[in-house]
Amino acid sequence: MSFSVIHSLAMIAVVSICTMLLRAFPFLVFGGRKDVPELVRYLGAVLPASIMAVLVVYCLKEIQFQVLADWVPAILASLLVVILHVWKKNILLSITLGTICYMVLIQVVF
Amino acid sequence: MLNKMEVVQKRRRNFIFAFRQSIPVMLGYIFLGIAFGLLLQDAGYSFWWALLSSVVIYAGSMQFVLVTLLTGGAGLLYAAIMTLFINGRHIFYGLSFVEKFKKMGKCYPYMIFSLTDETYSVLCGTKTPEDLNEDKVFFWISFLDHCYWILGSVIGAVAGSYITFDSTGIDFSMTALFIVIVVEQWQSTKSHFPAILGAVCGIVWLLLLGPDRFLLPALCSCVVILLIARGSSMKEQEAV
Repeated sequence: MSFSVIHSLAMIAVVSICTMLLRAFPFLVFGGRKDVPELVRYLGAVLPASIMAVLVVYCLKEIQFQVLADWVPAILASLLVVILHVWKKNILLSITLGTICYMVLIQVVF
Repeated sequence: MLNKMEVVQKRRRNFIFAFRQSIPVMLGYIFLGIAFGLLLQDAGYSFWWALLSSVVIYAGSMQFVLVTLLTGGAGLLYAAIMTLFINGRHIFYGLSFVEKFKKMGKCYPYMIFSLTDETYSVLCGTKTPEDLNEDKVFFWISFLDHCYWILGSVIGAVAGSYITFDSTGIDFSMTALFIVIVVEQWQSTKSHFPAILGAVCGIVWLLLLGPDRFLLPALCSCVVILLIARGSSMKEQEAV
C-alpha cells in the first residue's frame, strides 16, 4: 500500500465536512425565514441538470478517440444505458446491464 | 396493557411503511455500494476505509471521485473544492424541507446529514397515511437508505478481497448512474437548455484544458451562463 494513512483520513474528513456543510447550508441560511429568494429557487431548478451532464463528461474524460478499443465500449455501453432507461425506467436494471456490457466489451471483445 | 400494544403496533407500521418506500433505493444503493467498495479495495484500501467513508461522507458520486483523489494523491484543498462542486447540488435539496425538518426535534441534524439525491426524491414522493407518524416514517426512510449504502460498500470491500474475478470496468457503474440521472432529468423537465449547456461546457473545457483541469471551469461557466440566460429572459418578459 502506497498511501499515507493520515493524508487519507484527512481527505475523508474534508470531503465529509464539506458535504455536511453543503447539505446544512439552506437550513442555516433559510431556517429562520419563510420565503426562499427567487434566484436561489431558479438555480435549484436548472443547475442540477447542467451539473449531471458535466459529470457524465467527467466520467468519459479519459477516452482516447484515436484508440478504437477505448471509445467504442464506452459509447456503446452509454447508449445501452440511455436506451434501457428510456424503455424500462428501472435505475438498477439500467446501471447493472450497462456496467456488465461495458465490462464484457473491454475484457472479452476488445 | 392494550394501550402499550397499540403503541408498539403503530411503531411497527411506521417502520414497515418506510421500508416499503425505501425498496427501490435499497437495490440501487447495495449495488452501487458494492461497486464503490470494490473500487476502494482495488485501490489498496481495506474494508474499514469503505465503512468509514460510507458512514461519515455518505454521498455516492463523491465517494467514487474520492477513490480517484486518494489514489491520485490530490491535495486537501483540491478535495474540498471538488466536493463543493460535485455535491454543490445538495444545497438545493434542503430548500424543500426547511420547514419540515425543523419540527423533527432530535432527528433534525441527522435528517440534514442524510439528505442524498435518492433519499430526497423518495421523501418528496412519500405520501404518509394519516394514521402513521410522518416524522418517524421520514426518519426510517433516511436511516434505512444510509444502512443500505454502508452495507453495500462493506460487502464490496470484503468480497473484493475474497472473490478474485476481473473487475476491470466496474467503475463504469458511476458513469451509468450519472447517465441515468441525466435521462430522468431530461424527461421530467420541459427546457433541455441546462442539460445541453452542461454537456457543451464540459466538452469545450475538456478540449481546452484537458482531463485534469476542466471540471471546475466547466461548472463555473454553467452557473454564469444560466444566470445570464435568466437575466435576459427576465428583460424580455419586462419588455412584453
